[in-house]
Amino acid sequence: MEKINRPYRVLVGKPGLDGHDRGAKFIARALRDEGFEVIYTGIRRTPDEIAAAAIQEDVAAIGLSSLSGAHLKLFPEVVKALERRGVTDIPVIGGGVIPEDDIPTLIAAGLTEIFTPGTPADTIINAFAEACRKHFAAQGDNH
Amino acid sequence: MLLPRPAENILLLKVTTISTIIERLKDNDPRAMARAISLVENNDPASREILASLDRESIKSSLVLGITGPPGAGKSTLTSQLISLLRQQNQRVGIIAIDPSSPISGGAILGDRVRMMDHALDPDVVVRSMATRGRLGGLCASAGAAVRIMASCGCRYILIETVGVGQSEMDIVSLADITLMVLAPGFGDDIQAMKAGLLEVADMIAVNKSDLPGAEGLCLDMEQLFHQRNMDGRQHVVKVAASLGQDIDKLLEAIRSLADQHDLKGEKDRRRQIALKRETLDWALETMRPELAVIIQKLQSDQGCDPRVNAETAITEFIKKNT
Amino acid sequence: MKTDTPFTDWQENELAKSISRFPERREKFTTHGGAEVQRLAVPEEIDNKYLTELGFPGKYPYTRGVQPTMYRGRLWTMRQYAGFSTAAESNKRYRYLLDQGTTGLSVAFDLPTQIGYDSDDAISSGEVGKVGVAIDTMADMETLFSEIPLDKISTSMTINSPAIVLLAMYVAVAEKQGVSADKLRGTIQNDVLKEYIARGTYIFPPRPSLRLITNIFQWCSSNTPSFNTISISGYHIREAGSTAAQEVAFTLANGMTYVQTALDAGLELDVFARRLAFFFNAHNNLLEEVAKFRAARRMWAKIMQDHFGATNPASKMLRFHTQTAGASLTAQQVNNNIVRVTIQALAAVLGGTQSLHTNSRDEALSLPTEESVRIALRTQQIIAHESGVADTIDPFAGSYYIEELTNRIEAEAEDLIAKIEDKGGVVACIEDGFIQRQIENAAYEYQKDIESKDRIIVGVNEFMIEEDQKPELLRVKPEVEEAQVANLRRVKQERNNELVAKRLSELRQCAGTDQNLMEPILAAVRSYASLGEICKELRSVFGEYRD
Repeated sequence: MEKINRPYRVLVGKPGLDGHDRGAKFIARALRDEGFEVIYTGIRRTPDEIAAAAIQEDVAAIGLSSLSGAHLKLFPEVVKALERRGVTDIPVIGGGVIPEDDIPTLIAAGLTEIFTPGTPADTIINAFAEACRKHFAAQGDNH
Repeated sequence: MLLPRPAENILLLKVTTISTIIERLKDNDPRAMARAISLVENNDPASREILASLDRESIKSSLVLGITGPPGAGKSTLTSQLISLLRQQNQRVGIIAIDPSSPISGGAILGDRVRMMDHALDPDVVVRSMATRGRLGGLCASAGAAVRIMASCGCRYILIETVGVGQSEMDIVSLADITLMVLAPGFGDDIQAMKAGLLEVADMIAVNKSDLPGAEGLCLDMEQLFHQRNMDGRQHVVKVAASLGQDIDKLLEAIRSLADQHDLKGEKDRRRQIALKRETLDWALETMRPELAVIIQKLQSDQGCDPRVNAETAITEFIKKNT
Repeated sequence: MKTDTPFTDWQENELAKSISRFPERREKFTTHGGAEVQRLAVPEEIDNKYLTELGFPGKYPYTRGVQPTMYRGRLWTMRQYAGFSTAAESNKRYRYLLDQGTTGLSVAFDLPTQIGYDSDDAISSGEVGKVGVAIDTMADMETLFSEIPLDKISTSMTINSPAIVLLAMYVAVAEKQGVSADKLRGTIQNDVLKEYIARGTYIFPPRPSLRLITNIFQWCSSNTPSFNTISISGYHIREAGSTAAQEVAFTLANGMTYVQTALDAGLELDVFARRLAFFFNAHNNLLEEVAKFRAARRMWAKIMQDHFGATNPASKMLRFHTQTAGASLTAQQVNNNIVRVTIQALAAVLGGTQSLHTNSRDEALSLPTEESVRIALRTQQIIAHESGVADTIDPFAGSYYIEELTNRIEAEAEDLIAKIEDKGGVVACIEDGFIQRQIENAAYEYQKDIESKDRIIVGVNEFMIEEDQKPELLRVKPEVEEAQVANLRRVKQERNNELVAKRLSELRQCAGTDQNLMEPILAAVRSYASLGEICKELRSVFGEYRD
């Protein structure tokens, strides 16, 4: 069986209008330091823009961060925006100031994982790695 | 921490996928383009088939513009404005944005996307961020392939944006038909330091932030550089104010006119020939690299032995295995 | 009057004058045992070094505070920033607070308002009324201050990039109430440089933004003399993860940029400089924070005197508001945050703040509940009335450690400011990302220390427990957005749309010249042109900033 090397490419995006990107930037750097290639979208992106960029960049997973309380609307919008473009195999991970009660709603809306403040970086990085692994496995099996 | 290194081995895509990708590339499917570029970037054997399927005419007629310059000069803003203008003219545009990989982890933060996001919803603006992956030669090869995939998919204009102005970035820019250097007033010392080698790489200079004091002087200075080479400075130096969207049209006009001249003089062909040969060499080395790595791993590690001698042994072994 | 020492000189002049005008809170401050609390402890021998580096409270270089009696005269202002989803709801809360004897209001705006978008803009979806009140047109501002006499209160507005528009709406509402502009008191944050550096609610590129700020300085100096035209903020720089010294350096560098821009526009230094206010963060490291506030005060006094040549003492005083560090609050064991806030508030008071906002324990989870807000306020009251720290002035002065740390923070911040000037100033350093990178690096290191447990955060990476009991949370109802959008539609239908178009095109024209934009913006808001419409015109002329 022939094998190749392939770094994980992921996208970290900030949907909505809040400018607090300390968390998003930390995760982007932590992922880079674990060998990921991280496409960073900057702040104030719409869910559609994030989905379109993720597809163009062929990423294996998307990470979203929101601190303004708009996550219940914006995170599921990203999943829907991907679906509208026929993409159901890019996992979406969310993080930020998110009340515990909202997590089941977000998972039901198609988010893979939700991380709240204080989660160790290792846990988050592992979730990205796991999402990437599943993504590639699906590519290998389904086609 | 207990985490598998990301650059782990994974299963190859199956052949059926490749044919699907080739099929969909003809419809400019964004996902197919993205996947095709990934396969090439990862030096997947399937990339050969994909690259062979590309439309040669489109590749030939495309214009590849390299954009470089010191950080803070407004490169990304200018790139974004050029995209807007090209889109107004109904041109499909490809952008390859290159950022360095971390030499320690091999990872990278690809942040040029930030300024391209205004075009994210435009299906006729195809953006691809690429990391140098610690092998600039290899990057030349994969960026070159990405250029051709984009061109084949109808991108008449392809912009390659690199950070910084180091020699390694210049190599990447050598893929371009025309190289544009973006400068701005207020970088006095940096520009002085670069001046000697500036024209080695830049066909054109955009003096950005023309609304700031010092822009006029910088312009004259740069024009002088071209004059010294018996070139018409005014044709090669254009003042713009990218954040205000001023004079982008003049810049594009100047780029086009220079590109036309190159075309007529056979300069474009000459440069593409050089680039192709260089890429061919890169591909050859990239293709041999994995097997060579295995051979070198297995070489009897004799501390006293010189690496150069070892290299020759490895190559002999490689040839023996492959004949 | 004959005086023997600088100390008696100060007591007989500055202090006596101050006390005669504003008597101290009490005749006599005492310890638990009944002994009299010393007003100001000073070294036995007052040498030149003491006078140049510390000095007396209310005297250059203001290291020990900006007023001669500090909190013995008047306690700091306990100002709690609060945001409510709609103008009507906020109005109800403001009137309740005023009934309770409050004289100062603090307005938080939602994100679309802060970035100059109307509530019906696609990009506003999901954000309307979330972190503060949504203001689309002057009609919302009228509702916000309905039945509140604007000549009787002071209003603090946390608004930056579109500050000129919100200020115009405020002035226009006052006008409608029959209150002339010169009677208005309050503060607008109006500090756009830190938006590019740390907070992210920027709209236009730096240069046109600085022009808007100077336009405000200019218009206010002749129309609203009692309005603080800017609150130069280190708070958000620290929240983004900077160190204490970086917070001081970048904030003061921003302050210098505003002063220079205003001077370049021909404004009189001693006229506008006294209307500059500052806003700092109070973090967990108590001693470092106390030193930070003292260093900042001394540095600004020196900068204003030596660099800009200010002569009026009021121009050299760094007056500041403090908020406890929101980013230091944990979602785990939320009640621990009460303790954190107490330490941070104590640092602000020991550092000589003029006003203070204490964060609520549940802010790492969502908007604070009423009970949490009350505990936060009580924290300040306990420090003020029970701890005794407000009864003597600058009690840490003369501590070897605190003085050394004050000097060290000053030296580090001076180095950074010099570096910024070398690189062409703040705007150039924002454009090439120098300042942002410094902060990002500091934030990354800090977080990595937490990950590796080199830094212990109680309840997060050490002393964790399983928590079942989730605290009660306050949520903004989704109907708020629909109602606000409907409201805006109605205003747009009822107003004279021809007039609006005319005013907007006039504004656009002026924006292209170097005219002061306050009057054309005032004219536009009076016609009920919306914030989004006005900002759209300005965007088309100024362009937009991208990170």
